[in-house]
Amino acid sequence: MSEKILKKLQILADSAKYDVSCSSSGSKRKNTQRGLGNTNGMGICHSFTEDGRCVSLLKILLTNHCIYDCAYCVSRRSNDVQRVAFTVEEVVSLTMHFYRRNYIEGLFLSSGIFKNSDYTMERLVRIAKTLRTEHKFNGYIHLKTIPGASDELVREAGLYADRLSVNVELPTEQSLVKLAPEKNTADIVKPMSFIRHTIEENRQEIQLYKHAPAFVPAGQSTQMIIGASPESDWQIMQQADSLYKNFHLKRVYYSAYVPVQQDQRLPDLHSLPPVQRENRLYQTDWLLRFYGFSVNEIFNPSAPNLETDVDPKLAWALRNLHLFPVDINRADYEMILRIPGLGVKSAKKIVAGRKFHHLTLDHLRQFGVALNRARYFLICIGWNGYRRDWNATEIKRQIIAGNAQSTQLSLF
Amino acid sequence: MVHFVYDGSFEGLLTAVFDVYEDKAQRAQLFSVKNYQPDAFAERRDVLTDSVKANRVWKGLFRKLSPQGLLNVYSVYLSERDDRETLLLAFFRRVFAESVSIEDDFSSPLIVQISQISRQIHREKHRFEAFVRFIHLKGDVYFASIEPDFNILPLIGPHFTERYADQRWIIYDTRRQYGLYYDLKQVQEVYFEEVPDSSVLDLSSDQIEEGEELMQKLWQVYFQSVNIVERKNMKLHRKHLPIRYWKYLIEKQI
Ligand code: SF4
Repeated sequence: MSEKILKKLQILADSAKYDVSCSSSGSKRKNTQRGLGNTNGMGICHSFTEDGRCVSLLKILLTNHCIYDCAYCVSRRSNDVQRVAFTVEEVVSLTMHFYRRNYIEGLFLSSGIFKNSDYTMERLVRIAKTLRTEHKFNGYIHLKTIPGASDELVREAGLYADRLSVNVELPTEQSLVKLAPEKNTADIVKPMSFIRHTIEENRQEIQLYKHAPAFVPAGQSTQMIIGASPESDWQIMQQADSLYKNFHLKRVYYSAYVPVQQDQRLPDLHSLPPVQRENRLYQTDWLLRFYGFSVNEIFNPSAPNLETDVDPKLAWALRNLHLFPVDINRADYEMILRIPGLGVKSAKKIVAGRKFHHLTLDHLRQFGVALNRARYFLICIGWNGYRRDWNATEIKRQIIAGNAQSTQLSLF
Repeated sequence: MVHFVYDGSFEGLLTAVFDVYEDKAQRAQLFSVKNYQPDAFAERRDVLTDSVKANRVWKGLFRKLSPQGLLNVYSVYLSERDDRETLLLAFFRRVFAESVSIEDDFSSPLIVQISQISRQIHREKHRFEAFVRFIHLKGDVYFASIEPDFNILPLIGPHFTERYADQRWIIYDTRRQYGLYYDLKQVQEVYFEEVPDSSVLDLSSDQIEEGEELMQKLWQVYFQSVNIVERKNMKLHRKHLPIRYWKYLIEKQI
């Protein structure tokens, strides 16, 4: 290894960085035969970039050569950039060396398409296989499947990888046709449903034979680019919801589009990535997965986009004031969970703690509840909630003003 | 008032609790010998650390507490807070006095405080599972210095033993001046005469293994390349990666 590899790493990490999924969670792989590494289910962020994102995996492309020309991609065929490729051995060696130094949890490997899909996919599989079998590597491996790769290669990939992802890239088929003309929906849907079915078969197999090899134990995920195409937040979340339901995805990742080159089909080169919007979409995603909300509770035809000034849970509560205030000493867990400013952990603490003692605002404060939002929506001993003559606009105004100058809070 | 003074070890602390109960001392306070300041109005009782007594207390706790509850107890001990003995004794008194489990009684300020301390320690533990950076030294051993706020080395040991089962490693706490050494078979505590106190990057080239420098360079290049300049947010960066940890992070030495 030498200076040449520094250059390759620079280029191939740089072109992989827009892929946001850095998660290394969801897999429990024991360190077998005193080899190297394990995954512990939680995943670890070993570092954080200056933009505040988690660095957990060595996230690189095998190559940035590509025969396709997707408009939103730096590696697109028509883009004038330097092209390089790692060898199989180089990726294996980098992964091992980084892992031994506790820099990373494992490898997240993706690639541009050189020659054809299977030719590329075969190399990705070979890297995972070499790590697992020759180097007894038990760290995390996430492979991105190459659109159009054969079922056989995808199956083999899943035996070595903890997670596979197939990126839907764009929220609707129209946008895909427009921005990635060489890709088609079938290339995306087919491997997704193949992976889903193979996972299900494999779970049954494992129940029968304990030692059957696991197929993608951390499941499959996907990614959508936000802001490169005109869809509303509602459309985006409907798509996400149906992906969760139809393909049993572990995660959908939302990635604010960063302009890479001028193209009349895309936002201007100097426009800023919609980071705020991306954040609101993640919040909505959490509401769907952990807070028992459905998409159509959060959106409706008159509000197809999320509000920017308040989070989606607060926005929902303000539209549904008739359900509040909630009595935290009596209400069901499900309803407590819907109080703005209050997370899963504090909801659990409330339900556990109230068995011993009637809870007051002081207790909630200690549980870490954001009272500046929550107190408008709940009642408890010594707290009667907001003034009944206030409407949603007034409460929202109060909350936003309170955020701006939180010293005022002590008045209540 | 009786002051029970123990040697500062966890076993010593549990022995002291045993003695408090044996003496039926209602007005007792526990002190680690390092923190003890004699008080003319209190009687001093020296505790002789005794593993049999300590074990009995631990077993008693074991019957009453969940694994999380036990971990909370150990975490409060590792926090090195001045009031850790007071908190723990008050907690033990409640645990042993009541027939139902009280560890989820979040309406009690004591229990909330203990669970907060435990969360803090746990966060620090989790951080150091992430922020340890090994350097490959001559003699094929992977070495890392750390400087954690709390004494979390005993908590992170098992994680590294499991993960790096096939390489020899040392993790050294430069603040508390001791380390863990894994020799491919087991982990033991080690102490250095000359403490490697400054940044480990000062290690001279005859101490480090061939290829180590290139790996550090590659990691730095990688770290820079994955950053998205358009999204730069230093406040968030420092929130996740507080400056006090930078000293031993290879990627921050550029
Ligand atoms: S196929 Fe992938 S790498 Fe190639 S241009 Fe499209 S998005 Fe980029």
